[in-house]
Amino acid sequence: MKRIFTHIVLLVFLLIQTVSVNAVERFPKPDFESGYETPSTIMPDPRSEALAILDVFVLIAALAITRWFVLKKRSRRGVFWMSIFSIAYFGFFRKGCVCAVGSIQNVVLALFNPEYSIPITVILFFAIPIVFTLFYGRTFCAGVCPLGAIQDIFLFKPISLKPWLLKVLGLIPFLYLGISILYAATATDFVICRYDPFVGIFRLDGTFMMFVLGGALILIGVFVARPYCRFLCPYGVILNLVSRVSKKHLTITPSACIQCKLCEDSCPFDAIEKPVPAKEREDSKTAVNRMIRLAVIIPLLVLAGGFVGSQFHENLARVNPTVQLAQEIMNFDDSQPESFEVTAFRSAGRSADDLYKEAAAIVQQFYIGGWVLGGFIGLTFGLTLASLSIFRYREDYEPNKGTCLSCARCVDYCPVKEEL
Amino acid sequence: MNRREFLNSGLRFTVAIGLGATIGHLLGKSSSQQMVWQLDPTKCIQCGKCATSCVITLSAVKCVHVYSMCGYCDLCGGYFRPEARDLTTAAENQLCPTSAIKRKFVEDPYFEYEIDEELCNGCGKCVKGCGAFGNGSLQLQIRHDLCDNCNECAIARDCPADAFTRVPSNQPYLLTGIEG
Repeated sequence: MKRIFTHIVLLVFLLIQTVSVNAVERFPKPDFESGYETPSTIMPDPRSEALAILDVFVLIAALAITRWFVLKKRSRRGVFWMSIFSIAYFGFFRKGCVCAVGSIQNVVLALFNPEYSIPITVILFFAIPIVFTLFYGRTFCAGVCPLGAIQDIFLFKPISLKPWLLKVLGLIPFLYLGISILYAATATDFVICRYDPFVGIFRLDGTFMMFVLGGALILIGVFVARPYCRFLCPYGVILNLVSRVSKKHLTITPSACIQCKLCEDSCPFDAIEKPVPAKEREDSKTAVNRMIRLAVIIPLLVLAGGFVGSQFHENLARVNPTVQLAQEIMNFDDSQPESFEVTAFRSAGRSADDLYKEAAAIVQQFYIGGWVLGGFIGLTFGLTLASLSIFRYREDYEPNKGTCLSCARCVDYCPVKEEL
Repeated sequence: MNRREFLNSGLRFTVAIGLGATIGHLLGKSSSQQMVWQLDPTKCIQCGKCATSCVITLSAVKCVHVYSMCGYCDLCGGYFRPEARDLTTAAENQLCPTSAIKRKFVEDPYFEYEIDEELCNGCGKCVKGCGAFGNGSLQLQIRHDLCDNCNECAIARDCPADAFTRVPSNQPYLLTGIEG
């Protein structure tokens, strides 16, 4: 009897075709007579807090050991084994998340969005490598970053790139950093994580595109050393700038350079600066003229960049899901079946005007962001131009403190072995 | 100390102070809690993207059965296809594309439904069925033993209902109707 009753009730509901409503007790919980116990719903815990703190300690320890290998022990072998460790721990064991590279976006989002509360461990993952770089150069890149390490161990036949190509490709990370900051600040998307090429390899799972991108970069990396680090990585931009003013840095020779040229071609990253002959030094008059010209050109580039950026703000904003939805609702076509987004919006019962207002505010943010992004790219172009035209007198072979990744390959080539 | 060194250490202090100020500002609004991703079942529209967007093959989102809400119906809207011919466990009657729901007889006329999470791909078909015709005791949730807690959750990005949020890891589930 009860069974037939249930069927009838269900039939009624089938006919009415009610929309999904959560937690409505259409059928009261039965009173079981057979002594049946209702099983409890199992809810497995997330990874424990303590392990997240352990990650921070492992990061500090890895940086300290790499620093010791680079600056004190001067051992390429040591840095190599640290790379292997980082791939194993931060890569395969921790599955690449959260990493210092991606933490830029969390930090930016936390700075611009008061509702987002950022975990302390993420702040530490962002800050600790920068602090180490400020004192000891890019030791994080050398052997702690799993993304760098996985490229580094596949570097078999490094080729040297032309300086002009290095400069041009070297502009891409600035652009990438600018765009990812813009999208993180507007809470649109975490671009760096989305296009992280190696995280699929670390998880041993991922989309086809991830593996294509990761595989391609590793294959290129067999010849062109660390393509992601040098020509894409946005965190590398920050470390590059910070490393230029670092207190200590890897030196090729432990004492005085004897100009033997043995290290000249040892750097796969083209980061060794050769001595500049005294005769190439320019006289002060041309230098002053050049400085005046640059002082005019750089602000112009910043303004032009800002203007171009602001003109593209609507295109940039189109990626934002709220803007997308507003556009979809605005141009809604009854003849087409509505998308899931539209269905969800309608069922949430929010007014369209409210949505338009929010979308308009986001587009306005992108207008300002477009100016800032464009100006930043203009400034990058200007300063690259300036750096190209400056001749710095140099007597010895020295690593470029910005682009040197402190991998310590060059130290093995130096015949001067001991401190004098 | 020459001019270069002076400039360098000046800049170094500037960077250190800037970084310190940023970190100090962030620490003020940070949480010592880890944050994990979770989806709000009240916002979920069961579009099916949880099954396809997750970076883990066979998604970390699973159908979770809140037994305390279940009506133990014979004709379960989450178990049977709407056009099912018989109310039997035969494959052609089942709504679940992976046969992840196990139907067990309890006592007349009640049946228990259990989710086999090894098979569940989080498509939400049963959730939709249960929500439309039953008590809504089947709900989609991220299983934290499976979730890698990516910095940017790929499903959150694709979710049309904006149902994914970061929640503190001491309260990692957003199930409705859990007793206690």
